[in-house]
Amino acid sequence: MGTIVKVSGPVVVAKDVKNAKMYDVVRVSDLGLVGEIIKLSSGEATIQVYEDTSGIRPGDSVENTEMPLSVELGPGLLKSIYDGVQRPLDVIRDQSGDFIRRGLTAPALDRKKKWDFRATAKAGVHVSSGDIVGEVQETDLITHKIMVPPGISGTLDSIESGSYTVEEPIGRVNTGSGIKNIYLRQHWPVRNIRSVLRKLPPDQPLVTGQRVIDTFFPVAKGGTVAVPGPFGSGKTVVQHQLSKWADSDIVVYVGCGERGNEMTEILTTFPELKDPKSGKPLMERTVLIANTSNMPVAAREASIYTGISIAEYYRDMGYNIALMADSTSRWAEALREISGRLEEMPGEEGFPAYLGRKISEFYERSGNAVIKASTDRTGSITVVGAVSPPGGDISEPVSQNTLRVTRVFWALDASLASRRHFPSINWLNSYSLYRDDLFPWFDRNVSDQWSKTYADAMGILQKEAELQEIVQLVGYDALPEIEKATLDTARMIREDFLQQSAFDDVDTYCSLQKQSMMLSLIITYGGLQMKAVERGNLMSQLQGLRARDRISRMKEIRENDFRKYYEESLEEIRQAFEQYTREGDKND
Amino acid sequence: MIKIDYRSIYQINGPLLFVEGIENAGYNEIVNITMENGETRTGQVLESRKGIAVVQVFGSTLGMDITGTKVRFTGSTARISVSSEMLGRVFNGLAEPKDGLPNIVGGERSEIVGNAINPYSREEPSEFIQTGISTIDGMNTLVRGQKLPIFSASGLPHNMIAAQIARQARVRGNDESFAVVFGAMGITSEEANFFINEFRNTGAISRSVLFLNLSSDPSMERIILPRIALTTAEYLAYEQGMHILVILTDMTNYCEALREISSAREEVPGRRGYPGYMYTDLSTIYERAGKIKGKTGSITQIPILTMPGDDITHPIPDLTGYITEGQIVLSRDLLRAGIYPPINVLPSLSRLMNQGIGSGRTREDHRGVADQIYSAYAQGRDLRSLSAIVGEEALSSNDRTYLKFANEFERRYVNQARSESRTIEETLDLGWDLLSVLPESDMKRVKRDHIAKYGKWRKTENAVQ
Repeated sequence: MGTIVKVSGPVVVAKDVKNAKMYDVVRVSDLGLVGEIIKLSSGEATIQVYEDTSGIRPGDSVENTEMPLSVELGPGLLKSIYDGVQRPLDVIRDQSGDFIRRGLTAPALDRKKKWDFRATAKAGVHVSSGDIVGEVQETDLITHKIMVPPGISGTLDSIESGSYTVEEPIGRVNTGSGIKNIYLRQHWPVRNIRSVLRKLPPDQPLVTGQRVIDTFFPVAKGGTVAVPGPFGSGKTVVQHQLSKWADSDIVVYVGCGERGNEMTEILTTFPELKDPKSGKPLMERTVLIANTSNMPVAAREASIYTGISIAEYYRDMGYNIALMADSTSRWAEALREISGRLEEMPGEEGFPAYLGRKISEFYERSGNAVIKASTDRTGSITVVGAVSPPGGDISEPVSQNTLRVTRVFWALDASLASRRHFPSINWLNSYSLYRDDLFPWFDRNVSDQWSKTYADAMGILQKEAELQEIVQLVGYDALPEIEKATLDTARMIREDFLQQSAFDDVDTYCSLQKQSMMLSLIITYGGLQMKAVERGNLMSQLQGLRARDRISRMKEIRENDFRKYYEESLEEIRQAFEQYTREGDKND
Repeated sequence: MIKIDYRSIYQINGPLLFVEGIENAGYNEIVNITMENGETRTGQVLESRKGIAVVQVFGSTLGMDITGTKVRFTGSTARISVSSEMLGRVFNGLAEPKDGLPNIVGGERSEIVGNAINPYSREEPSEFIQTGISTIDGMNTLVRGQKLPIFSASGLPHNMIAAQIARQARVRGNDESFAVVFGAMGITSEEANFFINEFRNTGAISRSVLFLNLSSDPSMERIILPRIALTTAEYLAYEQGMHILVILTDMTNYCEALREISSAREEVPGRRGYPGYMYTDLSTIYERAGKIKGKTGSITQIPILTMPGDDITHPIPDLTGYITEGQIVLSRDLLRAGIYPPINVLPSLSRLMNQGIGSGRTREDHRGVADQIYSAYAQGRDLRSLSAIVGEEALSSNDRTYLKFANEFERRYVNQARSESRTIEETLDLGWDLLSVLPESDMKRVKRDHIAKYGKWRKTENAVQ
């Protein structure tokens, strides 16, 4: 048994720890605080402790579990809420009340619950790791595939359908060098990447129902997104909206060093919200990892890895996963804090020199991949990482290192947020490198006009930005009518399309079809208005047209009624402009 | 452990004592220090190595010497006695009475470093608190269990606003009143007297607990004061079932004390010399606001901080804003224009607003009106700066109405008397009143039926061309 020689905040140094290996999990003092070995030098092990170390003193014991930090994977993950080291917070509450005491342990998966297991493989066949041998209906939405755990292959000796707990063997594999039992659950060390056969280029969009995202800056299934923004710019709302409406099979939400009340919001709203496709509560496809800002800092560092390991496990079953990490800056700060306690030489702004490597390693665990198994199957993990740059200035190391590895950038803008333009994604600064890969898909599956309408709209917004600069100098009235018309169309795009209320029952989700029709109505209206102006009509006359109301009420129209509304509106707009655009008819 | 007095200090550096040759000291253990002249101090272990402890002294190290000072390790982490007897009393930063009355005896011994509330146990805050201030109630609604800081700067009337909130705040349809826990860190005696008189004059003193650390008091007490205040608040809220409003002022002084310790420990500094763990440290204060399932009481926090150089990107407001559920930002320009409270609604925000408003809580049109005012005011403000360049004549007539709206909004909606407490209906109706100068067709954020029900456009103007 090891003995502590030094305590400084979450970092503890112990000597004589038995069989100490890097990243072994240890139990510190009689309280049994969970820690992890992060540095070894002759005879001494440096340990980061995942719980508050108040009262811990030199001389206290350290016991090595000789296991790396691992997650338990199996049925029962969905609908759970865990802390950063996968302790179920509901069970913890039963143990220690409303405040989290120290030294608690609780199994991540319920030991008593029986699951109905249905074998799909037959005894006698050859199986290797990753092969599906059966399934469990985990929730109404998700069928949990039971896979042969990593590192096991051989002949399936026996397998039996029936009712099992996660600890009871469901079958046996004869590996040639011995018999191994298979269970409903398996373990995985969180810092290891669950490898795949090969990665595929992303070619399908993750449909989010958010107009500015799907139409302007789409993300592919298996893609990576960085969402940097100052506080109050709506990062969390964007992440919540994605977890609610994105068309992934499973959502893993990692609340990393953020607010306790935000996690509560998810816990109270998700069970009430219904999946737009199946009508089942969204919680049925969600795993929550909550390590709020006041929970121990080292567990915050681990929470990201816990989350992505769970995501990889479901990906291996062939599902599409969306992982939300809110916020990776807090995770980076945890790294910095630990690094400072280790007295490492700091890199930029006090962050450790390996910050960039850690960030890219994390994002690299995303992707659209062919799974390692005997039969072909693919799955994907899309990672959306919020970044909280100090003062909103993205020249800082976490933002910069994140932008180097992510392919979509949604730039949240404080000035848009302050005028309540939400989602406050700045359309000029943001980008999506998947656009070219995905537009063919949209053109094929939604509307053949998709990429053209996008190009028109983006052109108008670009033009608006230039014109705004001129307006700043000479005033709006000094602009030629034709440019006033451009500004007007740009305003419609901003207010009637890009703005979307997350809190409105209808507007919170917008299907791709509706998005395409909405934008097309605006572009049509703008085009006709431009034509009318070219014929000498003044913008001040055109601004009062009643047909304009059609545009501004688009958001309120329900999905089912929209096609009819669209066709009626198109007709009404055409008629409204007819007198202004008729050949030879000049208005004085 | 046997209680031994150690005389083995080998270094004193600012607020830090380095003690050697000791039995093993626990991390965060409380230490009693007796100086040669008999004066005593309290301290806390910041780092413990075999035989060596680094002790942070709460209080001044003036006159302390290496040879004559005795150190005794208590073997326990910081605890205070809490009881409902504390209501109506004034304490210093270490919970020692400052009002000449006896110590709190009996009561519960509570650890001041509170454990984190299990996120699973939290209840979503959703009870609307009416503060009577339009810019808060109407635009940045406060709810019970929220932490909503005031971002101020030197010379701005944040104390008056905080006092006004403490005086007027109530939950509608509900007579239970707030108890106030007031924690002052490094404020001047004038400011402290202002609050004490304010509480005394309104009779609030009998349901308040005051913890005062004045500018002249030892800066190290500021580190521990908010934790003591919150421990008291937690006791009153969760054990006694009271609704507690915690006002902490001035968090900037707290952060400076934190920086002082960090630099004395020769830690690697983060931005502007503040320690890299300041985010985590602040969160252990702010996150102690909230509501817990199955408990009657709640803790609502209004921390006040002064932004150095009016800079909202300074690490103190920046990190605070990332933890708290919004912020109320005061503006010097509005103050100069003679507007009280000078709350600039544009950078202000309440993240929990949506949970606390709407039908059944405030009124169905609340969200829409607030959004519409936000967007119209933002536009008006932009036009104001534009008209400063090109002149008001160069604006279109429509733009001029927005300019007028922005002015009227500041004059009538933001501005209110120090004793004026508006009901939420008054605030919302005032909003509709102001919006009615704008064309009805521009009202894109409000629902049509709400316009019909609450709108103040004359019916003849209703038909748009």
